[in-house]
Amino acid sequence: MAAPALIVFGIFAIVPLFGVAALSLVHWDGLGAITWAGFDNWTAAAEDPVSRNALWLTVKLTVLCVLFQAPISLLLGVFLAGRQRYRALLATLFFLPLLFSSAAVAITFTALLDPNFGAGSALDIPLLTQNWLGDPDLALYVVVFVIGWCFIPFHTLIYQAGTRQIPRELYEASRMDGASPVQQFFNITLPMLKYTIVTSTTLMTVGSLTYFDLIFVLTGGGPGNATRVLPLDMYLTGFRSYDMGRASVLALVLVAVGLAVSLGLNRITGANRMDSQSEGS
Amino acid sequence: MKLGTRRRSVLALGAAAPVIATLGACGNQPGAGDGATAWGLTGGAEEAMRASFEAWNEANPDDQITAEYFANDAYKEKIRTAIGSGNAPTLVFGWAGATLADYVANDQVVDITESTSALTERLLPSVAQVGEVDGKVFAVPNNQSQPVVFYFNNEVLQAAGTSVPETWTELLAAVEALKAADVVPIALAGQSVWPELMWISYLADRVGGEDAFQRVLDGEAGAWSHPDMIRAAEMITELVDAGAFGNGFASVVADAGADHALVSTGKAGMILQGSWIYPEFLTNAPDLVANGDLLFSTFPVVEDGKGDPSNIVGNPANYWSVSANASEDAQASATAYLSEAVYDDEHIDSLLAIGAVPPVAGLEDRIAEEDDPAFLDFTYAMVRDAAHFELSWDQAIPSDQAQELLNNLSRLFLGELSAEEFAAAMDATL
Repeated sequence: MAAPALIVFGIFAIVPLFGVAALSLVHWDGLGAITWAGFDNWTAAAEDPVSRNALWLTVKLTVLCVLFQAPISLLLGVFLAGRQRYRALLATLFFLPLLFSSAAVAITFTALLDPNFGAGSALDIPLLTQNWLGDPDLALYVVVFVIGWCFIPFHTLIYQAGTRQIPRELYEASRMDGASPVQQFFNITLPMLKYTIVTSTTLMTVGSLTYFDLIFVLTGGGPGNATRVLPLDMYLTGFRSYDMGRASVLALVLVAVGLAVSLGLNRITGANRMDSQSEGS
Repeated sequence: MKLGTRRRSVLALGAAAPVIATLGACGNQPGAGDGATAWGLTGGAEEAMRASFEAWNEANPDDQITAEYFANDAYKEKIRTAIGSGNAPTLVFGWAGATLADYVANDQVVDITESTSALTERLLPSVAQVGEVDGKVFAVPNNQSQPVVFYFNNEVLQAAGTSVPETWTELLAAVEALKAADVVPIALAGQSVWPELMWISYLADRVGGEDAFQRVLDGEAGAWSHPDMIRAAEMITELVDAGAFGNGFASVVADAGADHALVSTGKAGMILQGSWIYPEFLTNAPDLVANGDLLFSTFPVVEDGKGDPSNIVGNPANYWSVSANASEDAQASATAYLSEAVYDDEHIDSLLAIGAVPPVAGLEDRIAEEDDPAFLDFTYAMVRDAAHFELSWDQAIPSDQAQELLNNLSRLFLGELSAEEFAAAMDATL
């Protein structure tokens, strides 16, 4: 039964992975002859301040993204799990960003954040008229915000579904014991959402690690190197500098970090035991 | 359950796979078929190029050329893998410079010195030369010359009590005057970075002459820390410190035209940009142009500088090369097209009609017949009379160095690097 999936996975993931591993050991500019490099690309990447900065930025971006997205999605998801009609209406609005392509979102935000012609100067609000994407100290946070704007709806959806799975009996019983809504949230909702939190956080983490298109269109890695995260660094090294060997090293680092983080998250949270949460099983 | 862990690791691998797959995904476009093929760019002079191919195909049914058009960035990525894997189109669109030298070194393009001599002898020499490698022609121009021009909004300059600067000192004075009038003195699309190249290229040329950058091209050790180059970098820091580009320049994007929009809306006084933005002024600020308040000029002279004031930077043109992987028939069709149809009367007319000046000698009279000859005349004279036409630096040097240059230059403009640090970082790439 798993054979077709394994074949597709083998062709599109495993084979390219070995290809990239082989490329990381050669010098190749995409045009000329391929020459053996040994571990030159690895040492060069390890010593390159731009790539090291990119790795650090990726970690920072990931942590910031999770810290920003997780609480908001959780609260929104729990809120939208209610069956009231106004919540359904709000839900439709909140989920709108899910429908937009990231390139379109990035272009729109670039226009909105433009210090000369953007929302700030159009509405004449000096607070909004900042050098948002041009200030090296601000740009990364703006990127985190825009990524959040795009992806919070998705994670909200996961939390909404997760919350609706929680048996109502638990709430009814706790209400009879006199629990307040806040107590219910911390003692029932949160523990019961444990695996939803793990799933959502894993997706957020791995997603932020490989995040590319939005940042590419929004800042192109700038100003300076302020938002040049690892996937972007890999792309620019491979397809702008045409240094395929170095780019492959960065790709493998990304795979390793992504794998380690996702396995680590599973191990720490105990989700690998996958025991059922439903009553009676 | 152990299985869960394994499935998850496989899932994580899958999540990372698309990123890696992009690295391995090379185009498999069949380029070397029976007839000749060509890949061009969308936008710009695309219409003129389309019309030229259509006219050629109609007149030469035996030498048909099938053309496809791509967006700029997509094309740049596609063409390299296509050429590297032997799937290049017969006619390869390019910017000459280091990429052309790369193609030549790898025998990917053919010598067309003789087969295109009928075309090359009609061209302006400064533009034709760029298509040569070691004295042989490997590329011929196919559209307009694109020099970098200094544009001014005269309404803004006059309101600030200043005028078009002709020297570096006057430029600094104009910056002060415009700042006092509460406008951005010079619009600059810093987020796109490449407009910043225009500044360092012109300044290096005016200070040190064409030798300043020639040393970099020759790979001379310490070429970037030559006093002339350091002086040019210092002048950039001086401009930034003087607030010449305003506070928000690093947020301004050139692709959307947010830089020249500042000038056409009167929020900025000047802009240094390619000749290709002129049509945008016609569209966005017709009144400004009609009133004669959009002025254009060459880059100011730097006092005591070694550069010839007629020197210009920019893109001499875009170029056609002929792929060595194409069949001989296809190559013959392609060179026949190049020598007979490129810059024929119809092609020149269709270029002039969109405000583009082809780099062909003796066009003065034809330009005078156009509706709005002032700008065409200005750019044509600029290219014709230039002692030296310097190819945009990011095209002239190998792509890995060009990336370092863009990166370090943006940090110089942001004030993260001093002129000396910039020079040292760039010397390391030689």
